[in-house]
Amino acid sequence: MLHIVNKSPLERNSLESCLRVAQSGAILLIEDGVLAATRGNAAAATLTEAASRLKIYALAPDLEARGMQDRVLEGVTTVDYGGFVDLVAEHKNCQSWL
Amino acid sequence: MSEGVVKKFMFVNRKSPYGTVYALESLEVVLISAAFDQDVSLVFMDDGVYQLKKGQQTKGIENKNFSPTYRALDGYDIEKLYVEQESLDARGLTEDDLLVDVTVLSKADMGKLMDDMDVVLSF
Repeated sequence: MLHIVNKSPLERNSLESCLRVAQSGAILLIEDGVLAATRGNAAAATLTEAASRLKIYALAPDLEARGMQDRVLEGVTTVDYGGFVDLVAEHKNCQSWL
Repeated sequence: MSEGVVKKFMFVNRKSPYGTVYALESLEVVLISAAFDQDVSLVFMDDGVYQLKKGQQTKGIENKNFSPTYRALDGYDIEKLYVEQESLDARGLTEDDLLVDVTVLSKADMGKLMDDMDVVLSF
């Protein structure tokens, strides 16, 4: 399953809830959600820990817009909009944690 | 306008740019307030500190990059920009990551500054 998170981990608990529930599959971080995948963010440790059971992706254009493209966490794969579409197509279903 | 009462206004920015419209709307109101010769302070805390992050490139998301506007604020006599230290720390950011000169305050000093205001507007 593909989990999509679009909220900052320091403003909402969307990522926290997603990580609590998601057992396998992939997480795609978009919009303010990409902030979780940046070095030094308070949520980085939990995301790194989740990377052992989930594949973590972050949308590159959203990282660039926020000036955070140079500090992406290790273990996170960046994708463009085409990659976003591929991820949705590859997975059986998806959940957007709004 | 010079004869009017001058009040201390504070704009509190707590949201990341682009994910919501708050950051841009705040900036618009700040620029409007500059026309009324008031004593304006801007605060950036929580995810609001991301508004001042250097290197924003918004071509990919097809949004207007409004971050250069923060550097133009001193041209409107808006020179009091404050950032909370704890908010930077929680995001792995330092003062060097910011695109404009700011005063970094501890949470305690931020609270005192806020107490001293006549009007506080929250975004």
